[in-house]
Amino acid sequence: MTLIPANFDPGASPAESAGHTADHGAHGNHTLTGFIIFLCSESVIFLAFFTGFAVLKLSALQWLPPGVEGLEWRSPLAYTVVLVSSSGTIALAEWFLKRGSLWGFRAFWLLSMAMGALFLYGQAIEWAGLEFGFTSGTFGGCFYLLTGFHGLHVATGILLMGLMLTRSFRSGNYDGGEQGVVAASLFWHFVDVIWVLLFLLLYVWPA
Amino acid sequence: MTITPFDPGLSEVPQRQPEAPNGWKRYISFNTDAKVIGIQYIATALLFLLVGGLLAMIMRGELITPAADLVDRTVYNGLYTMHGTIMLFLFMFPVLNGLNNLLIPVMIGAPDMAFPRLNAAAFWMVPVFGVILMASFLVPGGPAASGWWSYPPVSLQNPLGHLINGEALWIVAVALSGVSSIMGAVNFVTTILRMRAPGMTLMRMPIFCWTALSAQTIQLIGLPALTGGAVMLLFDLVAGTSFYRPEGGGDPVLYQHFFWFYSHPAVYVIILPVFGVFSELFPVYARKPLFGYKFVAAASLVIVGLSLVVWVHHMFPSGVPQWMRDLFMVTTMLIAVPTGIKVFAWLGTLWGGKLRLNTPMLFALGGLFNFVFAGVTGIMLATVPVDIHVNNTYFVVGHFHYVIYGAATMGVYAAIYHWFPKFTGRMYYEGLGKLHFLLTFIGTNLNFFPMHPLGLMGMPRRVSSYDPEFAFWNVIASLGAFLLGVSIIPFLLNLVSSLVRGERAPANPWNAIGLEWLLPSPPPTENFEANVPTVISGPYGYGTGLPLVEHQEAYERALQQA
Repeated sequence: MTLIPANFDPGASPAESAGHTADHGAHGNHTLTGFIIFLCSESVIFLAFFTGFAVLKLSALQWLPPGVEGLEWRSPLAYTVVLVSSSGTIALAEWFLKRGSLWGFRAFWLLSMAMGALFLYGQAIEWAGLEFGFTSGTFGGCFYLLTGFHGLHVATGILLMGLMLTRSFRSGNYDGGEQGVVAASLFWHFVDVIWVLLFLLLYVWPA
Repeated sequence: MTITPFDPGLSEVPQRQPEAPNGWKRYISFNTDAKVIGIQYIATALLFLLVGGLLAMIMRGELITPAADLVDRTVYNGLYTMHGTIMLFLFMFPVLNGLNNLLIPVMIGAPDMAFPRLNAAAFWMVPVFGVILMASFLVPGGPAASGWWSYPPVSLQNPLGHLINGEALWIVAVALSGVSSIMGAVNFVTTILRMRAPGMTLMRMPIFCWTALSAQTIQLIGLPALTGGAVMLLFDLVAGTSFYRPEGGGDPVLYQHFFWFYSHPAVYVIILPVFGVFSELFPVYARKPLFGYKFVAAASLVIVGLSLVVWVHHMFPSGVPQWMRDLFMVTTMLIAVPTGIKVFAWLGTLWGGKLRLNTPMLFALGGLFNFVFAGVTGIMLATVPVDIHVNNTYFVVGHFHYVIYGAATMGVYAAIYHWFPKFTGRMYYEGLGKLHFLLTFIGTNLNFFPMHPLGLMGMPRRVSSYDPEFAFWNVIASLGAFLLGVSIIPFLLNLVSSLVRGERAPANPWNAIGLEWLLPSPPPTENFEANVPTVISGPYGYGTGLPLVEHQEAYERALQQA
C-alpha cells in the first residue's frame, strides 16, 4: 500500500511527504501553517489586553497610583534595544542554517536566546525596584499583567529555541531545513513586535 | 512530486477491516485517530447533555408553581449558571468538534487531521475541565451562581472568602475550554486548508467543510478575547486586582465587551456547522443539487465577518452610548441577509424535490422550522427599543433556546442519525428515531414557545418564584421540558441497541454523493490511505449523472466486493 507516495499535498517536497507511512502521528508537515494560524489567534489576546489597557487609561479619573510620578524609561529602553536586536541575530542564525553552516546557526541561535534571557533579567530587576504592586489600582494591574504576560511569551520563546538547538545536534536532522526552526523564529519576531507596541503603550504614552 | 493516478486494476481500494484494532479500549485511551476522537467527543458531550438536562428539569420543576418551593434560591442561581455553562462548553462545543473530527477528514479525503496528537490533547482537556466544573458542586459555597456570563461585580462577590470557590473553578474551566477549542481550531483550519484531496478546490468542498472552516475561524479570532477577559476576572477574584472593580477604578462594562466579543460569535460557531448539516442533508433527501452552492459558501464567510461586529447588541441596556446602539442594531440586522440567503437556498433545494422523510431529514426540517422562528424573534431583539423592553425577560430565554435547542441540537441529532451508519457500520432503528423526533419537536415547541408570551408579559429570567399571573404558560413550558427529558430515552435506546445488534450498514445507505460515501462503513483508520481519489466535479451532483471522482465505478465496484 505504501508503494504509492501520499498525494494529498502536491506542494510538499518528497522529504516532507514521506511522513505518510505506518507512523500515524505524521501526515505531511503542516507545522508552519498551523503555527502561523496559532500566532494570528494569539495576537488577538494581546489585542484584547491592549484595548482593555487603553479603555481603562482613557476613562480613569486618576491613572497613576498616589505617590507614583511615572515609569523610569531609560533602562527599559536599553533592554528593548537588546530584545529587538535579537530579531536580527535570529535571522542571521536562520541564514547560516540555510547555507548549511550548523555551527554558525547554533552560535547565533544561542546568542538570541541569551539576549532574550538578558531581557527577562532586566524585567525582573525593574519589577523588584518598582514602588507599586499589582493591586495599586488599574494602572498597577495593567502594568504587571501586560509585562508579565509578555515575559511569559519571552520565556516560552527561549524554551522553544532551546528545543530546536537540542534537535540540531541529532545528525542529519536539519539537512533539509526545519519548519520548527522557522516557527520558533517567527514566534520570536512576534514576541519582539508585541514588546515594541507594549513599550509604546506603557512607557511612551504620557500619563 | 507527482500526483499518483489511481489504477483501478490494482484493486487497492481500502477494505473493511475485519477486526478493529484495540477494540473498545481505544475509546478510553489517548488515541490519535480522528474517528476515535470524534466518537470520544460525541460520547462525552452526550453524557454532559444528560447532566445539563437534569439541571434544566429541576429548574422547570421549580417553576411549575409560582412559589420557590422545590430548591433554595441560592441553589437555583447555581442551577441556571451551571445549566448554561454545561450545555455550551461541555455539550454543544464538544459535540460539534466530534462531528468535525468525524466528517472533515473523510469529506476532504484526508487520512486524518493535520496534528493528530494535538487533536487528542484538545479532546482530553474536555473531561479535565468537565471534572473541574463538576467539582465546583462540592466546594464550600457551591458552584458559580452569577449566570453563564459571570458579569462582575456579581461574579466577584465570593461571600465565603475561600480561594477555591465555585466562581474561580468556573473561570478556570472556561479558560481551559478556550485553550482546548483554540487547539482544535488550529487543527481543523490547517486540515481544511492543506489536506484536501487532489482536485478538491475550495469551491468543490462540501458546505459542511465551508461552515466548519468559518466557525473555527471565529473561534480563532474570538476565543482569545474571552480568555484574556477571563484571566483578568480571575485576578480580580483571587489576587485583588481591580480591572473590573469600580471601587478600585475598574470598569465592569469592559468585561461585558470582552465576554460578548466572543460569546455572541460563539452562537455562529454553534449554528454554522448546523447550517452545514442542513446543506448536506437536504440535497440527499430531496435528490436535488444544493440550490446556489456558491452563495451558501460565501454567506458563511460573510457571517464570520459580521459576527465580529455585533456583540454590543447584548449590552443595549448596559449604559453604552447611543451611537453604539444604533451601529450595532444595524450590523445585527444585516446578519439576517446571509442567513436569509441560506434559508432560501434550502427552500430552493427542497422545492419540487422527491422528499424522503426519514429520521435525519425530519430532524433537519424540524430544525429549519425552529431556526426560522428564532430568526424572526432575533430580528425583534436586534431592534433597540424592543430589546430594552424585553431585556432579561423570558423572551430572550425563549429566543436563544429556539436557536440552541430547536435549531442547533436538532441539527446535531440529524447529523448523528445521518452519519451513524457510516461511522459505526450499523443501521439505526427508524421507528425509534421517528419517535425521538416527534417527542423532541413537540417538546421543544411546548417548552420554549411559552417563554415568548411570558417575556412580553414581563416575567424576568433567573428567578425561582414569580407572580401567579405567569403560572399558565410556565406549567406548559415545564410539561414541554419533561417531554424533552423523555425524548432522550428513545434516542439513547436507539444508539445503544443499534450499536449492539443493528443491521449491518452498507457503504452508502442513503445513495448519497460525497467522498465519505466512497469509503466502507466504518472507514478504515487511514480512510483512503494511498488511493486518494481525484475530485473532478463539485459536490451534490444529484440528478446530473456527473461522477464526483475519477474512476468512480472502480471505487464503487470495490465497495460492493468488500
